[in-house]
Amino acid sequence: MTEAPTCRHCGGPIPADLPGEFCCRGCEGAFHLVEGLGLERYYARRSVDPAARLLRPDDDSGQYHDFSAHVSVDDKGEASLHLMIEGLHCGACIWLIESLLNKQKGITWARVNMTTRRLVVRWNPDQSEPGTFLAPVLAVGYRLVPYDPERLGVETQRQEKELLRAMAVAGFAAGNVMLLSVSVWAGHFSYMGPATRDLMHWVSALVALPAVAWCVRPFARSAVSALRAGRTNMDVPITIGVTLACLMSLWETLHGGEYAYFDSAITLLFFLLIGRYLDSRARGRARNTVEHLLALDATAVTVIEDDGSQRLMPPHKVAAGAKVLVATGERIGVDGRVTDGRSDVDTSLLTGESVPVPVEVGGQVFAGTINLSAPLRLVVSAVGERTLLAEIVRMMEVAEQGRARYVALADRVSRWYAPVVHVAALLTFLGWILFTNTVWQEALLYAVAVLIITCPCALALAVPVVQVIASGRLMRQGVLVKSATALERFADADTVVFDKTGTLTLGKPSLEEGGGWSKSDLTEAASLALASRHPLARALTAAAPAAQLAEGVTEVPGMGMEIAAAGTRLGSRRFVGIADDSSGDGPELWLARPDQAPIRFAFTDALRSDAKEVVAALGRMGVAWNCCRAIVPPPPSEWPSPWG
Amino acid sequence: MLIPVALGLGFLGLLGFLWALKSGQFDDLDGAAHRILFDDDEQPKHGA
Repeated sequence: MTEAPTCRHCGGPIPADLPGEFCCRGCEGAFHLVEGLGLERYYARRSVDPAARLLRPDDDSGQYHDFSAHVSVDDKGEASLHLMIEGLHCGACIWLIESLLNKQKGITWARVNMTTRRLVVRWNPDQSEPGTFLAPVLAVGYRLVPYDPERLGVETQRQEKELLRAMAVAGFAAGNVMLLSVSVWAGHFSYMGPATRDLMHWVSALVALPAVAWCVRPFARSAVSALRAGRTNMDVPITIGVTLACLMSLWETLHGGEYAYFDSAITLLFFLLIGRYLDSRARGRARNTVEHLLALDATAVTVIEDDGSQRLMPPHKVAAGAKVLVATGERIGVDGRVTDGRSDVDTSLLTGESVPVPVEVGGQVFAGTINLSAPLRLVVSAVGERTLLAEIVRMMEVAEQGRARYVALADRVSRWYAPVVHVAALLTFLGWILFTNTVWQEALLYAVAVLIITCPCALALAVPVVQVIASGRLMRQGVLVKSATALERFADADTVVFDKTGTLTLGKPSLEEGGGWSKSDLTEAASLALASRHPLARALTAAAPAAQLAEGVTEVPGMGMEIAAAGTRLGSRRFVGIADDSSGDGPELWLARPDQAPIRFAFTDALRSDAKEVVAALGRMGVAWNCCRAIVPPPPSEWPSPWG
Repeated sequence: MLIPVALGLGFLGLLGFLWALKSGQFDDLDGAAHRILFDDDEQPKHGA
């Protein structure tokens, strides 16, 4: 089935030049870990979800997350921690994570919620600590982000539960009232006495009225709040219709009348509630992605107090103006200005730019970016809700719920629609009374039918749902939709402009073959590069997996690595002291050794394997394409012609 | 009369559902679907 060999652990392709069954060292380690614990059945059991992230451990799975700021201890002395999981593929992943945790000492409870992709762990704080027991889960390749359960999705969950509860009550009542009604209807044809019929109506009323009163609340609440704001929405006709139908039926029952419509009222509510519940679930899933992004923001921050002591705090408790220390490899939790230190910052989360940006004293850094090469001290300029990351999340939310043109159209229509519907219903009622000889109950029934049937549910419900789900899905694929009208304007696009690395290219530099270097040069360079987290250094070490870290390597932020004792340097052109820049552009590293000519390692950003197909598909759709700025231009011969 | 009996049974079912909802059995519908496939690991394995 598979042409290319795939990694035994993550299922990703194995680079062609690598022997063995794994694509990287991390995967190999993870496989042995899983096997060592006797959990290798996981591999037989799982099914890889192509939409989820590959289960590949980060190169720096030691990447230090401090979980302690999010641990809460209850009065029985049991500690608990809420985490979001990235990389969950299927049921087997739940099993693997729970087994990995439950096999360890001190864990009293570990449970993964697959719907919300969250993990709750409880443990005895005397016997273990989060850094220890979560290490295997991280090493297998899942990413864990602690979150504060108080802040995320509580409101939505409460609403969803209320809907489900209302749905259950409505379902129960609808079923029973329907049974009674069937006997009444049958009675119309088989001479049921009025006494029996009235009894049936009374029992129906007894069941249906409390149920309707309870189940109509979600609709009534929304209707009332809309009316208060001087608007109408589609919940108004629903609420009025159901209430009218019930009151009329009650009146009929009181007067021993022939027609009661409790069954219709409650069944209608039941169906509407099913729709509402499904709608809210779909929205909830889309919202999860936004919450994931928010959670990135919620990692603990090291604050330096005035007396010099350090304290870990959740970011929302850090005040603007505080001094913060960001260690190498840590995600920056706040927006701030650099007061001390010099480093490179990975801003790919915010800008999509894969090449790290150097920062110096006075430079701005933003929450959500990763500090790559040296510790930084910051003065906090914004936290929590005011950070750039929160701004982006907010923009996403606005875009999701935003008044896109079609959504706005639907809204406008339903705004005009609702008064029209009510007037039409009233006219129906009056018309039947005035121009025909119907009794008023029957006329009212027609009016209620008009109210409910003309409800613009499709417009007012379906369009926003599509918007929310589409932008949620796009976001999971790494596309941020920042404008509410983006989706509909896409339909008219005639030119696609690819910007930056990482769109048509992989966005990860790889070493270009055939520079003026030999195998031993590469190994030596890699032995220095191992000390750094810079992407170019990583690319270099990936090309020389056998290299060992050399002794005495220090990193000069923004410049490179050096072994001061031996005089060996690896880094930028400036760092190794080369003035001329005639030897081509693009990312490069230079290796300088005493008494030898410096050697250049050039890097390219490889085209994505499906780049040609994408461009060809665009051509078939009649969409022109263009490339705005590729940081690493691939050789022109590899570019497909625009219409190819 | 059968009506109270029918209503009572239905009501029991409703109470059962509300209890299940309250005790968290509907919190993770996707996970529950997969969980049933896990073998119990605490059982010693016999034979192949």
